[in-house]
Amino acid sequence: MSKDTRDKGSNLQLSRRRFLKGAGITAVASAMAGSGILKLLSQAEAHEELDNELAKRQWVMVVDLRRCDGCGLCVKACQKGHFLPEEQEWIKVYEMETTTGRTYYMPRLCMQCENAPCLRVCPVSATYKTPDGVIVVDQNRCIGCRICMAACPYDARYFNWNDPPPAPVGLGGPRPELPVPQQKGTVGKCVFCVHNTREGKLPMCVAGCPMLALYVGDLKADLATNGVEIVKLSMFLKDNDAVHYKGELGTRPRVYYIMGRGQTAES
Amino acid sequence: MAIEQRTHEEIREAALRPLGPPGKRFWLLLGLLSLPVGWGVVAYAFQLTRGLGVTSLNDQVFWGTYEATLVTFIGFSYGGAVVSAILRLTHAQWRAPITRMAEATALVTLLIGSSFAIVHLGHPERLWRLFVSPRISSPIVWDVVAINTYLLATIIFLYLPLIPDLAVVRDRAAGHVSRWQRALAGRLSLGWRGLPEQRQQLEWGLTVMSILIIPLAVMVHSVLSWAFAVTTRSGWHSTIFGPYFVVAALFSGVATVILVVAAFRKAYHLEAFVGEKQIKYLSFIMLTLGLLYLYFTFSEFLTEGYPMTEETTPVLEALLLDRYAPLFWFWLIGTGFLPIALVAIPHTRTVPGIVLAASLVVGGMWLKRFLIVVPPLVLPLVEGGPWASYRPSWVEASIITAAAAAVPLLLLLFFRVFPILSIHEMEEVSTVPEETLPEPTTPFRFS
Repeated sequence: MSKDTRDKGSNLQLSRRRFLKGAGITAVASAMAGSGILKLLSQAEAHEELDNELAKRQWVMVVDLRRCDGCGLCVKACQKGHFLPEEQEWIKVYEMETTTGRTYYMPRLCMQCENAPCLRVCPVSATYKTPDGVIVVDQNRCIGCRICMAACPYDARYFNWNDPPPAPVGLGGPRPELPVPQQKGTVGKCVFCVHNTREGKLPMCVAGCPMLALYVGDLKADLATNGVEIVKLSMFLKDNDAVHYKGELGTRPRVYYIMGRGQTAES
Repeated sequence: MAIEQRTHEEIREAALRPLGPPGKRFWLLLGLLSLPVGWGVVAYAFQLTRGLGVTSLNDQVFWGTYEATLVTFIGFSYGGAVVSAILRLTHAQWRAPITRMAEATALVTLLIGSSFAIVHLGHPERLWRLFVSPRISSPIVWDVVAINTYLLATIIFLYLPLIPDLAVVRDRAAGHVSRWQRALAGRLSLGWRGLPEQRQQLEWGLTVMSILIIPLAVMVHSVLSWAFAVTTRSGWHSTIFGPYFVVAALFSGVATVILVVAAFRKAYHLEAFVGEKQIKYLSFIMLTLGLLYLYFTFSEFLTEGYPMTEETTPVLEALLLDRYAPLFWFWLIGTGFLPIALVAIPHTRTVPGIVLAASLVVGGMWLKRFLIVVPPLVLPLVEGGPWASYRPSWVEASIITAAAAAVPLLLLLFFRVFPILSIHEMEEVSTVPEETLPEPTTPFRFS
């Protein structure tokens, strides 16, 4: 054995000894913290499991403009259910005009964009996407800078300038999926009533639409319903040439529109 | 008599003049300026307790005068960067008597301007989240990083040339300055003795900071503009917004320095040291930047407006012909053309004429920022929606008035403690040698 290799060997021994010593300390430390780590791990696992479970559904909405007569009952149902101030219309009905000059009504919800401009600009990650594809705001985190309102191309976000109207306790909120009551100084928006849909119930606006113009659906199950009829989502969209609103912006909305001007409602 | 012919003692006496016992006019001015500032603090306290509902902002016009003020005041701070950094790097010796005032103005306006980033928040008490869990893709986070870095650089850039000047205060005989001023100066002058190696280190530090502060300044107004430009809103979504904002900041920053220099020159009778030359040369820089800004504005409007698309036309119409037309044309004439004319025509190129021009630029550039922020928000993004309206409330007006009054107030207080003229730099350019000074190498001269 040459001198060099001997030296290497002793170095190796030294480092091995050091390593063992280090490992011993680590073992003691982990034994002390063992229960804590396991607890954390199991919590993380449970969290991930829940996320995976939620991700099995991907919520969408379909608005059939042939049926909408602009009555605004969806707005009322939403505002009542979320205890919103009057100026906040998370679903808002716009009076539009066709190229040929006829008026029609377009309910605007949050588009729950897959490529959400509002989400990217939030400086504190208060805005995030739930595993089932809904953009929500954690009002405990929101600093109220309103840049998400600047980024949203649909005017779908609202700021709580003042204290929101009082809401009874025991509704299950406030949480990002059910921001009731809201917090002053933070941003609120349509959340597809994901607290309802997860339990198999209809969003408030869908339940409140007398014309059956609003559908809620699940991309994964490929089904949608307006509360009365159930349709196969992909075929329904295809057969009726459904479109996105401002899809050219690359936002990839989760809201589809079937074009029309309330003609079904008229007849 | 030219500044170059002043003796060192004369320079020192003038620089330390505001440090002496203040007169009646000082206290009067201090009191007058404190009133609007105090009232602004009351208004902000009111906003904190009641929420942003006390402003006139609404869900469509969710940004307004606070954001305009934020951009404008940070823009004012650019004068310090230009005068001190660019003129230092180009060895323009005429800068020496005004660098201190320019740099102090930069710090003061930057502090006031950036505080509006907090004033406009719905939950200012959650500001810490920006530092603890920032989302890097957010322009707001870029703002936080850029502004804080620039603030730090501005403080260092102001402080470095103050070190030898504070040593002068420290060594001043009793009677000239009071004990607390000497004690403070002693602490802050870090044992400056004027040794050759100390001078060398200072020179090195100043050169490094002069180079550093220019890209930092460019960065700050670029990211401020991107908070608007990265959205898809017509009127904001523009590729030239970064440089457009930077030029605006430089333009209004030089105008701010002109006002500060002219005011303090008169108030402390510094005419013998800060000549008309300084004010005139500054006005030439302002003129150049003004023309550049007009060019940018024209370029922006032409490319936006020419195709007459459904998206851009309504915003431009609101600005040029409709609701905001009076404000816009007032701005264009009052801030675009008039100041340039006042400086360009030799007959009006006097100190009062230049001060008038600079005042028009300072006020007008706030108006321009208002016209950048608000009109694109008044229009609904969904075609069928109603137009919004916005007129600032008394709370907003009070807080912004306080910000404007706080600039001279803080400067008055600053110059009670720190020399108003950069003694070190002035002595370096002074041609009357009282001690042997290293001759600065001047490959290029402005003067």
